[in-house]
Amino acid sequence: MTDGLPSRTTLELRLRINGRDHALGLDPRTTLLDALREHIGLTGTKVGCNHGTCGACTVHVDGRRQLACLMLAAMAEGREITTIEGLVSADGTPHPMQEAFVAHDALQCGYCTPGQIMSAVSCVEEGHARSDAEIREYMSGNLCRCGAYPNIVAAIREVAGTSAAPSGGRSA
Amino acid sequence: MQPFTYHRATSMADALREAALPGAAILAGGTTMVDLMRGDLWAPSRLVDIGRLAELERVETGGDTLRFGALARMADVAEDAFLQANYPALTESLQLAASQQLRIAATVGGNLLQRTRCPYFRDGSSPCNKRSPGSGCSALRGDTRDMALFGASERCIATYPGDWGAALAAFDTSIEVASPSGTRTIPFAELHRAYGDDPAVETTLRPGEIITAILVAATPIGRRSTYLKVRDRRSYAYATVSAAVALEMDGDTITRARVALGGVASKPWRAAAAGTALEGQRLTRDRAFTAGEAAFADAVPRGDNGFKIELGRNAVAKAVLVAAGRAS
Repeated sequence: MTDGLPSRTTLELRLRINGRDHALGLDPRTTLLDALREHIGLTGTKVGCNHGTCGACTVHVDGRRQLACLMLAAMAEGREITTIEGLVSADGTPHPMQEAFVAHDALQCGYCTPGQIMSAVSCVEEGHARSDAEIREYMSGNLCRCGAYPNIVAAIREVAGTSAAPSGGRSA
Repeated sequence: MQPFTYHRATSMADALREAALPGAAILAGGTTMVDLMRGDLWAPSRLVDIGRLAELERVETGGDTLRFGALARMADVAEDAFLQANYPALTESLQLAASQQLRIAATVGGNLLQRTRCPYFRDGSSPCNKRSPGSGCSALRGDTRDMALFGASERCIATYPGDWGAALAAFDTSIEVASPSGTRTIPFAELHRAYGDDPAVETTLRPGEIITAILVAATPIGRRSTYLKVRDRRSYAYATVSAAVALEMDGDTITRARVALGGVASKPWRAAAAGTALEGQRLTRDRAFTAGEAAFADAVPRGDNGFKIELGRNAVAKAVLVAAGRAS
């Protein structure tokens, strides 16, 4: 007990996830990541480092990629959240980026893959997939311990419609 | 994570009222704060979320002063075409920082208040005067590779990790802060405190104050500027050493020069001597290296970080040449 505050409080939140509203009573400490996985049951978004360094928990917040482990659920109220489960179209057709990851074998164990795909979709939408070097730079927040990077780049390049030759990289 | 209450501010007045309450802390992008709280490195009892105050998101570049609203996103400022053309050191410092996910979430105001990446501070248990005042400094007898060459004290040798802060230090920058009693501006050089007796107190912000904007004097010196960052890996890493350089030139003579350093000091570090070494001089390769030497003349190496002096000198020299090569 500090400053006369109760040691536990519950926040009544409405979170809009993949086009559906969810009414939740949550401890204020709950992150968006834990809300998705533990309270809503959407386990496609992965817990990696839980620290903001690996990208496994990447989701879209109002259409832009962010890390669900560094966002409190309360901060997400009123925002439009999209997870990997929300990428599939209503008739069950996978997103083109999902198809490209399969076609290019852009994974081995698959644990980082939902975060990679969410980040990759944004990378293309942002216009940051114009060359291999640019893709690598703008995907650097998503780590893959299996080292599937060349195939991830190939998948993103295909979706971006670019056939960029490998290049030496960006200059500062 | 320790328990707290959460309040989403509905107006600046509401935010200031809540921020004045005991135990309050301001939440913006959350990227640093949620991480620190989860590690029990920070335990505010009230969070005041200012993330919906749209008036703090604006970036204004038209007048005599560039005005960056505190809640402008790193990713958005990095891609501002006017700033890329006229103040490349500022946009490059943001572009080379963190990852795109973090740059989309993190704000330019919150970025300035990020805490050190010193592993003895972050581990939550080693003696650390910054986390637990009076407990000692583990880094003094530990791995000093990424500890400070400038501005350290015998109580703390941790580095300030920010790139944006290092770039801002090369310009005439001030910070606008609001409190219930009004608004004041702080020269950027005075926002962060050098480590004296109490390294736990890192800024001169007063309890309850909220950063509302970053102000940079509009100047032609921005065009010939660059932020050069040396990292252990090609992307998504803190600076091993970095140099922000801004030049004004008349023909091949340097008329004004500003140099600041990142990754090697206790706070965003203006290397005034390096600017002096350049002003009034013809630009040559040798002169660029002279500036690098001047920048690190007062460096105090501690064991494992001594290599950063030569690395830093070379980084400054290269940044001077890159900046000079840009069209004015």
